[in-house]
Amino acid sequence: MPMDEIDRRIINSLQGNFPIVDNPYQQVAEQLGIQQEDLLKRLELLLENKTLTRFGPMYDIQKLGGNFSLCAIRVPAEHFDEVAAIVNSFSEVAHNYERDHEFNMWFVLATESLQKIDQVNRSIEEKTGLKVYNMPKLQEFFVGLHFQA
Amino acid sequence: MDDLDRKIITATQSGLPLVKNPYEIIAKTLNIEVTLLKQRMNNMLENGQIRRIGAVPNHYKLGYTANAMSVWDVSDDKINELGQQLGALSFVSHCYERPRFLPEWPYNLFAMVHGKNKEEVMQQIQQIVTLLGKDCSAYELLYSKQILKKTGLRLKDKNT
Repeated sequence: MPMDEIDRRIINSLQGNFPIVDNPYQQVAEQLGIQQEDLLKRLELLLENKTLTRFGPMYDIQKLGGNFSLCAIRVPAEHFDEVAAIVNSFSEVAHNYERDHEFNMWFVLATESLQKIDQVNRSIEEKTGLKVYNMPKLQEFFVGLHFQA
Repeated sequence: MDDLDRKIITATQSGLPLVKNPYEIIAKTLNIEVTLLKQRMNNMLENGQIRRIGAVPNHYKLGYTANAMSVWDVSDDKINELGQQLGALSFVSHCYERPRFLPEWPYNLFAMVHGKNKEEVMQQIQQIVTLLGKDCSAYELLYSKQILKKTGLRLKDKNT
């Protein structure tokens, strides 16, 4: 079922500021001018058909004590699959993307400690024979985005 | 973060229950008072451990299929100012300063941009080019070709 105007309004207005009160859906439904039951049913459907990936708090895992780094490798085309398999085999690799660039493999490491980032990257270098460019964030200017439905 | 915060996080990081009293339900499963739960969540929201509470759209489903990592080589002494300005653009979702690796990687400012097609992304890039002006000496766009791995960034429950 395609999204209708009410679904769009829900998505556009609910990407933050969901209240921490006893009956939050009721409060939001009133603001949207719809019934609470309707809001709950629509959220359920939007999650089910994967228009929404999640509904709830978005945590800043780094502020909770985790360590992250974005790392890149220049992988020769003929070894790409092999190197991808090695990199993906590390449980610390949370995301890995192929990008259309000489630096064609970009992955995010998530570890409990800072030393572990270097350890994993050293193992990847040993196993692949390729240099890992470790690019941790030095400063965060912005995270978030309001997607318009 | 203490043990209770950790329990609250692991109980809510995959989502809030879709019932009229979601916080009460979570408090019950954690065996705490709902006022304490609300207080802890308000604190985490205030200190930024919770970025926001609400709907997380799947941007591909909303038609944002052109997603590029734009990387910029900008003057170090201007990066704070320029990073803030880039981050404030409506189509930028993540904006970070990262280290250069000279000579092969000269870029120190990263911005993820999202559009409904490549033409829209090119217009966004043009907007950034204008904004950065002479403080930017080079840039590139890296479109994603393939997701090789994607697991959620989740906090593990200590007791499991």
